[in-house]
Amino acid sequence: MAIPLSYVARNLWTRRLTTVLTAGGLALVVFVFATVLMLDAGLKQTLVGTGEHYNVVAIRKGAETEIQSGVTRLQANVIEMHPAVATGPDSRPLVSKEAVVLISLRKTGAQKPSNVIIRGVSATGLALRPQVRLESGRLFSPGAAEIIVGRAIAKGFENTRIGDQLHFAQRHWTVVGTFDAGGSGFDSEIWGDVDQLMQAFRRTAFSTVVLRLADADRFDQLRADTDADPRLTSEMKRERTFYSDQSRALSTFINVLGLTLTTVFSIGAMLGAMITMYAAVSNRVNEIGTLRALGFRRSNVLAAFLAEALLLGLAGGLGGLAAAALMQFASFSTTNFQTFADLSFRFVLTPEIAAKTLAFSLVMGLVGGFLPALRAARLEIVDALRAA
Amino acid sequence: MFLLKLVLRNAFRHRLRTLLTVTGLAIAVLAYGMLQTVVEAWYAGAAAASGTRLVTRSAISLAVFLPASYETRIRGVEGVKRTARSNWFGGIYQEPKNFFPQFAVSDNYLELYPEFVLADDERAAWMRDRKGALVGRQLADKFGFKVGDVLPIRGTIYPGTWEFVVRGIFDGSDSSKVTSHMLFHWDYLNETMRKTGRRANFVGVYIVGIDDIDNVAQISTSIDAEFRNSLAETLTESEQAFQLGFVAMSDQIIAAIRIVSYVVILIILAVMANTMAMSARERTSEYATLKAIGFGPSFLALLILGESLLICALGGALGMALTLPAAAFFKKVAAIFPIFAVSADTLLLQAACALAVALVAAVVPAVRAARVRIVDGLRAIA
Repeated sequence: MAIPLSYVARNLWTRRLTTVLTAGGLALVVFVFATVLMLDAGLKQTLVGTGEHYNVVAIRKGAETEIQSGVTRLQANVIEMHPAVATGPDSRPLVSKEAVVLISLRKTGAQKPSNVIIRGVSATGLALRPQVRLESGRLFSPGAAEIIVGRAIAKGFENTRIGDQLHFAQRHWTVVGTFDAGGSGFDSEIWGDVDQLMQAFRRTAFSTVVLRLADADRFDQLRADTDADPRLTSEMKRERTFYSDQSRALSTFINVLGLTLTTVFSIGAMLGAMITMYAAVSNRVNEIGTLRALGFRRSNVLAAFLAEALLLGLAGGLGGLAAAALMQFASFSTTNFQTFADLSFRFVLTPEIAAKTLAFSLVMGLVGGFLPALRAARLEIVDALRAA
Repeated sequence: MFLLKLVLRNAFRHRLRTLLTVTGLAIAVLAYGMLQTVVEAWYAGAAAASGTRLVTRSAISLAVFLPASYETRIRGVEGVKRTARSNWFGGIYQEPKNFFPQFAVSDNYLELYPEFVLADDERAAWMRDRKGALVGRQLADKFGFKVGDVLPIRGTIYPGTWEFVVRGIFDGSDSSKVTSHMLFHWDYLNETMRKTGRRANFVGVYIVGIDDIDNVAQISTSIDAEFRNSLAETLTESEQAFQLGFVAMSDQIIAAIRIVSYVVILIILAVMANTMAMSARERTSEYATLKAIGFGPSFLALLILGESLLICALGGALGMALTLPAAAFFKKVAAIFPIFAVSADTLLLQAACALAVALVAAVVPAVRAARVRIVDGLRAIA
């Protein structure tokens, strides 16, 4: 017969201060662990969400980001005419020739400017990105020095409200609208008319060409044809792959840093759990002797103390997870090492992360409680009953 | 003396518990020190920047180039002594994870950077070879580059695979200088680009050497005024401000690291406070006995505080002692930061944290012990 769980739970309750302190230490580690995973999940979600399954990006061979890339007008026209490109309702090809430039803007309350992507898009640019929709104001009119800003930009940067003017490339640009890109990377961008922007920045070539495939299976054909065409120096990438590749360096950095930290921190918290459990055992030697004399087996005692450690871990895990869940209301913005532009993303709590976090806290409890539980189980009845 | 002896005996009464607590403290203090060092390493580039150098770049952003013709006009500004061109090359050596910075620089670049020391014969060899490159000592050590090596580097901004021949290895004048970058001839880059007809005669940034550190603001303003309302407006700032701009881009990451470094202190505070609370709770009847034979509440408080201080001092000292070898090891293994040195400030902060933990952990148990009524204390069971 097993020792009842209520006995285990009440032992934790009796030493409330100790339990709270130990579980608090565990909860802090769990919190760090969970937020790191949430940050990485948020980053991935943002950049994967930036790409559309049917879309393909043409960039110059060797270029890793849109900023470095260049596609001449001639090349853009060649790409546009490829039979794999879908056509819109007006039977024109669904292609957006885009110019991407970095400009420096000041974040609200910050001393130093951050780099922001400004993207010149064709009229089809919005049609190609169904996740982007206008939130307020109106679209920029073609031929005017007007821009629309992403939600993260409108929230985090100075001078980006509707009606405000930004000055760059010798012109004043009026903000006429804000758009919501569904939490994707476009939320951290400013969009304008491609022809106006190219002229202002004295560009002769586009940065990238984005196109919609008529049929997702024709990507390989499109890529093979582009590689074979001597006029083209471009490379075709699926939009989704293209953007998620850009998160790799930042994601690795967050993961390596975060997991190293949690490993180190968890050692501290596990030591804390171990101290608590050793104390719990040594304070209760008499009780353990009594339990054994009543007929409970060594394995029952072992199980009871392990259960106590697991319960402690669970309390810490739930506490940490609850605190981490609150982080979902916060967002994080930093410079992406690869594109050099500011990217804003959220902490995303997925069921998988919650499960991982709780498992992690239970493991910490188990590791911390194992040796003390073993000691409790190995006590001899006579010695235990005799102990003062 | 009696107090000290009692503190010592109490601290080591539960050897295992003390050992575990000290280990936990040492790990936390070590982790805190490492995190502080990481934050400092982030600022290393800015700390090494010279006050007599300015950086002139496009006012739009760093990704936009300036015309090469600006150089003579900048040199004409009063107070400017020298100018050098520098283009970020952004190439990939073998694979993207082997990242290191490459700059195409004008031949007089090193005159502006006296902190990079290069042997005269190597400098002459570099000048003679159009494809010649100079690599920093830290970079050469990381990849094992030697003089005469040919480095194929795939351009991301400038298309194609470029070959450079290592003609010299430069050292930093002291250990705080970052030498993890590669320099090569701006003319080589420019001539090659001219053949393809694109992006020729463009400069990423101008490095401007000035006569007097007091004139930074005035010279910056006059350079920018020179190009106001031109096709490429400029932004001139001191090299330090320029470097800090890069740091500021990752400021939320740095802030997160800072927060986390305090979290580890909180974790260990919880562990330490728990140890002290448990010890005090188990000894309630002893404290009552001490009171009964005439020791005052302040004596009991001191007893607990002393024990807490002793354990924290041990853990803190151990953690601090481990920080230096750990930082050296991290630098060797991870090699993310060219400068990764533990500063005296970090060690001081570590000591301060250990002290703070000791004090806070002792408060509740000390107050309780001082307040306990003799009768209740004698009756208490652990």
